[in-house]
Amino acid sequence: MSVDLSTSLGSLQLSSPTLTASGCAASGRELSQFGDLSTIGAVVTKSVMQNARSGRATPRMAETPSGMLNSIGLQGQGVETFIEKDLAWLNANGVTTVVSIAGSTTAEFAALAARLCDVPGIAALEVNISCPNVESRGQVFACDPYAAADVIRAVLGEWSSSAPVLAKLSPDVTDIVSIAHSVHEAGVDGVSMINTLLGMVIDVDRMKPLLGGRTGGLSGPAIRPVAVRAVYQVHAALPELPILGMGGIRTGHDALEFLAAGASAVSIGTVVFGDPRAPWRVAEELSNELSSRGYASVRDVIGLAHR
Amino acid sequence: MSNAQQIDSEILSIEPVGAYFHVVLHAPTVAEHVEPGHFAAVSVGGIGSAMLLRRAFSIHRATPGESIELIFAAHGQGTQWLATANVGDVIDIIAPLGKPFALPNQPVGAVLVAGGYGAAPMGMLAQALRDRGCDVAVVLGAASQDRLFGVLDLSRDADHFAVTTDDGSSGMRGRVTDALPDAMRNINAKVVYACGPMGMLQAVSRVAQKFGAFSQCAVEESMACGIGICMTCVLPVIGDDGTTRMVRSCVDGPVFRGDRVRWDDVHTIPHDAHGAPIVGGH
Repeated sequence: MSVDLSTSLGSLQLSSPTLTASGCAASGRELSQFGDLSTIGAVVTKSVMQNARSGRATPRMAETPSGMLNSIGLQGQGVETFIEKDLAWLNANGVTTVVSIAGSTTAEFAALAARLCDVPGIAALEVNISCPNVESRGQVFACDPYAAADVIRAVLGEWSSSAPVLAKLSPDVTDIVSIAHSVHEAGVDGVSMINTLLGMVIDVDRMKPLLGGRTGGLSGPAIRPVAVRAVYQVHAALPELPILGMGGIRTGHDALEFLAAGASAVSIGTVVFGDPRAPWRVAEELSNELSSRGYASVRDVIGLAHR
Repeated sequence: MSNAQQIDSEILSIEPVGAYFHVVLHAPTVAEHVEPGHFAAVSVGGIGSAMLLRRAFSIHRATPGESIELIFAAHGQGTQWLATANVGDVIDIIAPLGKPFALPNQPVGAVLVAGGYGAAPMGMLAQALRDRGCDVAVVLGAASQDRLFGVLDLSRDADHFAVTTDDGSSGMRGRVTDALPDAMRNINAKVVYACGPMGMLQAVSRVAQKFGAFSQCAVEESMACGIGICMTCVLPVIGDDGTTRMVRSCVDGPVFRGDRVRWDDVHTIPHDAHGAPIVGGH
């Protein structure tokens, strides 16, 4: 039985429900050695900031059981180089592109939205208000409902494009539903969830935190149940709010869990580091999982676990 | 972009060699693209493994149409798993990856310096250099005799050969840099190739510079993906324009010009690096 894999995130129509995850595919070019990126749902780019940024000192990663910690710290070339090189390449190759933006201040987010809104070839904007690899927890806007809403309002104030705007949420909060409510009221078109969880590994030979940045973001299958729970809770509270689900998805079976919990599409993140073909493989596996259960389409299972 | 391929590769042989393991992998379509200094990224732990990340090993040998060979030390959970693999087992590899050693256009003297299993790519490199008419000297070093690799193979055709060990259990007691000046003078070296721990690479690159020779250093940095998408394996390297950037050792390296790497600043973000935090900034 052939399965209809198409789905949507607000006004964004996707031919496939698997996207890459921000920070787990750079800007696509390296991954294109392993498959045709125009056939996955979208590439979600590594978060871009206004200016070039070197990121944090190494070591930047530590493998953990079924996961990893990273403390990259948003290394990037800045928005101008991004538009000129990365976005141009993505457009030239027919890749549906979700641009992730990050700012140290609300004003930086707004300036990025203003700079990008007239640039062609952006299918959606993901507002990364939840990167844990920043100097102060105060910069993790997604930990505070007011700060989160402020950033979203500032972005939407500049965003004259019709492409949807997604807010990327952090699981490191007491109540993720209240944050989702807050960005929803601020007018966001959907949410991406979840970002990494703040973690630490100690190097007991040096008796110091292993990562150069001391703390890092935990990702991979180890966090998947946390992500499924968060998606489920937010979908239960806000069933009309489109969710791009992510957090440790490794197989089509995992992706199906997210869809059933309420996600309309999924991002494949950390698993891509080990298996660069994962965005394509997971879509195929998902098709088989749906077909073997008698479902005709992705849309048929979105939120089904809430009945 | 590289010729990297992700393939399921059968283990044709796996044997202990001193303190290391030597594995031969069926990789007919990969082997023809391998140049000295390329590496392979190997999945460990089998399907559903709790170890998500690949292990990177420099390629020891490549036989076009047949196989590639790797040398590894079983010092962590992933490599210990690999060490227990059997002939006939199939593992998922991505290769060849990275920028290989740059070869000279002229037939100049070249010294190959390696620490421990850093000697893995040196046989292939020595051959490539001899094919270009270069005189080749080899200096191998390790903590102790059992941690040396490739002594027999690499000594065979070398124009000058030296071994050093920290404990004196083989060759000269000391470091590779103690034996390097003689090797350089002996063959009038214009380039030094090095693979081994970062401290050794820094010392080798310093000696090469003192002699007015180029150095090509294959670095070892912890990396998550090996294909250029994760940004974890960065180190500060000075570009042609004089600007220091945090570059990826997996795709911009692993081989770098020794005089371009800011060895003292590895594991830091130099304040003058492109995009470095400004005081009062992020």
